[in-house]
Amino acid sequence: MGLLTGLKASITRATDRLFSEQDPKRIGIYGPPNAGKTTLANRIARDWTGDAVGPESHIPHETRRARRKEDVEIERNGKSVTIDVVDTPGVTTKVDYEEFLDFDMEEDDAVRRSREATEGVAEAMHWLREDVDGVIYVLDSTEDPFTQVNTMLIGIIESRDLPVLIFGNKIDLEESNIQRVSSAFPQHETVPLSALEGENMDEVYDKIAEYFG
Amino acid sequence: MPEATAPTDDGSGVQIDLISGERMDGLASMEKIRIILDGVHDGNIVILEEGLTPDEESRLIEVTMSEIDPDGFNGIEIETYPQNDARDKSLLGRLMGQEDTAKLTVIGPANQIETLHKDETLISALVSRK
Ligand SMILES: Nc1nc2c(ncn2[C@@H]2O[C@H](COP(=O)(O)OP(=O)(O)OP(=O)(O)O)[C@@H](O)[C@H]2O)c(=O)[nH]1
Ligand SMILES: [Mg+2]
Repeated sequence: MGLLTGLKASITRATDRLFSEQDPKRIGIYGPPNAGKTTLANRIARDWTGDAVGPESHIPHETRRARRKEDVEIERNGKSVTIDVVDTPGVTTKVDYEEFLDFDMEEDDAVRRSREATEGVAEAMHWLREDVDGVIYVLDSTEDPFTQVNTMLIGIIESRDLPVLIFGNKIDLEESNIQRVSSAFPQHETVPLSALEGENMDEVYDKIAEYFG
Repeated sequence: MPEATAPTDDGSGVQIDLISGERMDGLASMEKIRIILDGVHDGNIVILEEGLTPDEESRLIEVTMSEIDPDGFNGIEIETYPQNDARDKSLLGRLMGQEDTAKLTVIGPANQIETLHKDETLISALVSRK
């Protein structure tokens, strides 16, 4: 990026933010497939609006379209913050439809799921470049956080100067290792939680209000 | 752009393209992505001396996704060394357009790379023939 375009981009971003101050911030929930993004989005939406965002599944790439839940009003310490929650398809650099055949899926369905998944990931990348004001990056804390996709995505988020929180999900599982998650991204705050069991949601909402309010 | 004459491919080997920073320097983002993905589509391992900017990486993922085809190409494996370290990027440096992209990057076709491992000082790839 040249000096002028670089400056222009950051000024545009700064003024965009100034003028959109009243609009709810759009918070993208990103992370690898199966981390629990939709489970989290559903819990947030159910806790504050009463209804859900989309289906959850143990089969990767369940979410293949970014879905937005608007005007989620979260109350913290007598104040309230309003955000739009965007649940995105899990990001990856490869999709092999044969992987879905292991989940008792017919070949046709697996091919269709793979096509939709690749479109969904492309769309999620697009949202990240254009349409989100902050990011919740969800990781499955039972898995190795030091992956190239995580490193690239965090790098992309940082290069856009978006506020970001790392959520170490699935702490209800014995193999969960939150220490490993926070040491992977020491420059960011890591919040442990179980989106499925609803563990540590108070801290989750405190941090959301603090970072995105 | 002058093309290097690639060794003839009789299907028995794996081609590795090591692309210098100099060669990538004058190119637009989409041209870089094209060079990488064209190489990977041909079954080659592409090594970039200087890597991509975060924005280019995001476009690489997006374009890769749009080219995945259940009958053939199923995406890429990618590793970089050293890891992106945003902490070292000063705001001024970024405003001046000095994106820190000096990171060795290895990219290959997902269906041919059986394992791609990295530790602090080494990227190791086990590649199968086509
Ligand atoms: N044990 C445990 N399981 C969880 C938790 N959160 C999500 N899961 C499970 O993990 C699986 C994936 O959850 P999803 O919410 O669909 O994951 P996702 O990140 O939206 O996945 P994609 O849409 O495919 O990218 C499901 O089987 C969930 O029930 C958690 O906190 N604990
Ligand atoms: Mg989902």
